[in-house]
Amino acid sequence: MTTASVAPRTTIFARPTTKTGVWGWLTTVDHKRIGILYGITAMVFFVLGGLEALLIRLQLARPNGEVLSADVYNQLFTMHGLTMIFLVVMPLGAAFFNYMMPIMLGARDVAFPRLNAFSYWTFLGGGIFMYSSFFINQAPDGGWFGYAPLSTQLPGHGMTYYALGLIILGISSTVAAVNFLTTIVNMRAPGMSLMRMPVFVWMTFVVQFLLVFALPVLTVALFQLFFDRALGTQFFNTAQGPANPVLWQHLFWLFGHPEVYILILPAMGIVSEILPVFSKKPLFGYPVVVFSGIAIGFMGWGVWAHHMFAVGLGPVANTAFALSTMFIAVPTGVKIFNWIGTLWGGSIRFKTPMLFSLGFIAMFIIGGLSGVTHAIVPHDYQQTDTYYIVAHFHYVLFGGAIFGLFAGIYYWWPKITGKLLDEKVGKVHFWLMILGFNLTFAPFHILGLQGMARRTYRYPENYGFDFWNLVSTVGAFIIALSLLTFFYNVAKTRKRGETAGADPWDGRTLEWTIPSPPPEYNFAEVPVVHALDDFWHRKYVEDKEGRLVRVPAGGQNGESGAEHGDGHGEGIHMPSQSYMPLIASIGLPVVGWGLTFEQWWLAIVGAIITFTGLYAWALEPATEEEH
Amino acid sequence: MTGRNARRVRRGFWTALLTLLGLVAVACAKNAPQDTLAPVGPVAEQADNLFRPVFWIATVIFVLVEGMLVYAVWRFRRRSDADAPKQIHGNTRLEIFWTILPAVLLAGIGVPTVVTIFDVAERPVGNVVNVKVTGHQWWWEYEYMDVKLPDGSGNLKTANELVIPTGRWVNLDVTSADVIHSFWVPKLAGKQDAIPGTTNFIKMQAPAPGVYEGQCAEYCALSHANMLLRVIAHPPAEFDAWVNRQVRPAVRPSQGVVDRFVNTCFACHTLRGIESGGGATIGPDLTHFASRGRFAGSVLELTAENLAAWLDNPDALKPLADHPRGPTMPDYGLTREEIDAMVAYLMSLE
Repeated sequence: MTTASVAPRTTIFARPTTKTGVWGWLTTVDHKRIGILYGITAMVFFVLGGLEALLIRLQLARPNGEVLSADVYNQLFTMHGLTMIFLVVMPLGAAFFNYMMPIMLGARDVAFPRLNAFSYWTFLGGGIFMYSSFFINQAPDGGWFGYAPLSTQLPGHGMTYYALGLIILGISSTVAAVNFLTTIVNMRAPGMSLMRMPVFVWMTFVVQFLLVFALPVLTVALFQLFFDRALGTQFFNTAQGPANPVLWQHLFWLFGHPEVYILILPAMGIVSEILPVFSKKPLFGYPVVVFSGIAIGFMGWGVWAHHMFAVGLGPVANTAFALSTMFIAVPTGVKIFNWIGTLWGGSIRFKTPMLFSLGFIAMFIIGGLSGVTHAIVPHDYQQTDTYYIVAHFHYVLFGGAIFGLFAGIYYWWPKITGKLLDEKVGKVHFWLMILGFNLTFAPFHILGLQGMARRTYRYPENYGFDFWNLVSTVGAFIIALSLLTFFYNVAKTRKRGETAGADPWDGRTLEWTIPSPPPEYNFAEVPVVHALDDFWHRKYVEDKEGRLVRVPAGGQNGESGAEHGDGHGEGIHMPSQSYMPLIASIGLPVVGWGLTFEQWWLAIVGAIITFTGLYAWALEPATEEEH
Repeated sequence: MTGRNARRVRRGFWTALLTLLGLVAVACAKNAPQDTLAPVGPVAEQADNLFRPVFWIATVIFVLVEGMLVYAVWRFRRRSDADAPKQIHGNTRLEIFWTILPAVLLAGIGVPTVVTIFDVAERPVGNVVNVKVTGHQWWWEYEYMDVKLPDGSGNLKTANELVIPTGRWVNLDVTSADVIHSFWVPKLAGKQDAIPGTTNFIKMQAPAPGVYEGQCAEYCALSHANMLLRVIAHPPAEFDAWVNRQVRPAVRPSQGVVDRFVNTCFACHTLRGIESGGGATIGPDLTHFASRGRFAGSVLELTAENLAAWLDNPDALKPLADHPRGPTMPDYGLTREEIDAMVAYLMSLE
């Protein structure tokens, strides 16, 4: 337990100690609470991004739709993309990095707990900043890809919100990435060597490297875009002089393609955790799954121009990027085969997390295969900017990332809340979602190949687009229904849910050794790790034929079941709470609003708030007095 | 319970599979004027010839891998709590096999792809038609680089409907006057981006006379969806006759219409042969406006009613107001009589 600071200090700022109520949440530095905040916030944005999608589908249900104006449609498809990528999939991943990764490493918190809080509040501020553009009916309307010179020229404040909003969100992600990298390198429990880390932690590790290197590239481009818009520079704006709009595309996709793996690798990690648990078998080829993830992380840097085949980089560049794009399919395929190898010969339990994981694999295969067809450059000249591409990346990012993340939600929900989600409702959720998903996005393959262009607010009749668009709209509402089922499940089990216990799934990794929900200090006693899937080996041994034998309680491999939470955790010093991350974060969107509306005084006020927060952060006392 | 679940899983996968097969079945739908799977020109056919085998290879892999997944899920479903599956940690040989196999397969796809990339980029010479294509928010400008105007004012320029001869290569040099667009006529060739300050090359050939639909494929703000185009292929003799008609100056209207044009329309539009009616390229060249089948970015059929409605309130038919440099084609508040006179004149510009 944290001991409150008693002795009067020479510093002005006392650390807050309230652990309950609103103030407890606002000042928390507990990685688990921050993880929960990330998760809830991402879910709120998921609902908003989903509503945008429903409006888009209503508009496109029939030819020459009149539900939305062109202007509103353009804002909605831009915000849908930005929301789902930056405010839903990334933070949902971050929710699990935050909550699970330290526990899976056997740590009591992340390396920099206050920085972690700062990441969350900055993310929230960035999201609120971005969405505040709707209040003046000037949401970003240049696409999530913000192609210049259009993005430098679009009237209104929309693309300024875009540039500054993404810079703020980028600060959040960069800071978090540094924090997680340090945590994984330094905070592992004794015996937790790199090759004993759970695959989810490995994928987290790779993702943080990608973030640290990819985000600065985007940030540079965003600053240049902002300068073009606000100060009349000519980085990308050809209306002012000989600028280079294609440079924007290189910078954007040099970030944008690693970003794709930033979105998908956490889901791959989650699925790699779940499959062994529900197959009662270890992950098939753990080192290969880990190395293929690393390989994807490296190769992901060499494929960015496959977003730009029709830009005119010439046949040599197009050849190089076609080949790199084809070969990044190899490590991805390896993962799929290893997952199937994990299932092979197992004893498969169809719990909801497992269903979502299997759905992930089944859908990701489709997205992976259509991805390979994009590498056929002469035919990509036909595919690019059509619904065929929209089909592909929804199979990867929804069929892939979202299914994987929901698998994680169902899997770790009992650990986080102490209550199991209802299995029956969960299964209804899964089947509705996979049905709705395929009805919505499978028709996009057909529409795209039939020549339906993306980002068009209406399409003429007699182009053969009518039927499949209607099917897709019906599917979108089934997805919405499936999400309502999920929220019903949450509401239903909140009070009356089955109590989970420490290890409801017969898990393999350290998080299942501690109580559900875990105490603030996670482990009363820091665990010592002897093997990959350490907890599993405390519960089971293999006989000579490699078959499982359960270790009797108190047997030679140690006692089965939860142990580390049994202590009272007295005398464990946990990091003290702080106001400062929140204060430092609040300044950032204020700077954003000031710059957007060219109210320089407001920007200065925001900067002062942030610097005050950071300064006080550096000076505030640690509560642990005796050192 | 478990058995039922396995059946459900199986059913789900079969649904997905059938969805995909349905995709194949309907892929060649009728009335799909932009269908990439029904190419007409040689460039589009080349792309299609690459795509088809890859599509079928992908389909086979899809069936095999999803089949393996479904089989594993069904075959190895839990029978009882006492299940004690063999703990297999991996199999190096198997893993090397399934790393190398896809790599080999991809290399096989890579070779013809690379050959075709270079093939498509090669510029035909000889008896070709050279056209400079310029994207504008939200219409297309075509300059026939080989057709000099008799009055010496440059090359022949038209808009939105690209007229080409059959059987000859057409070399398009694509650029933009404002933001990035992308020129795309799916049945004839794949797209290339129209980027300000640089040109990209597309070649196309129409083996048969006909109308080929296309559109701008790169998001270019408000009326991106209303930036359509058509390629109209005529037999060579008809094409030559069309060129001869197009190079003539515009029909001369009454003085009242001339005044109105000079005062309002000439800021953006060109009417060759009418005083001070040359040069402006903010809007389409109107010299032979009525020779085209559609107008306003090929969105509207060219009829007197549509044209009158357009002149009355352009924004209602095609959103234009958000243009970065002010509205294109503003509502000039023309009176009924003025509109009628204007429509009558424009419809005579064949």
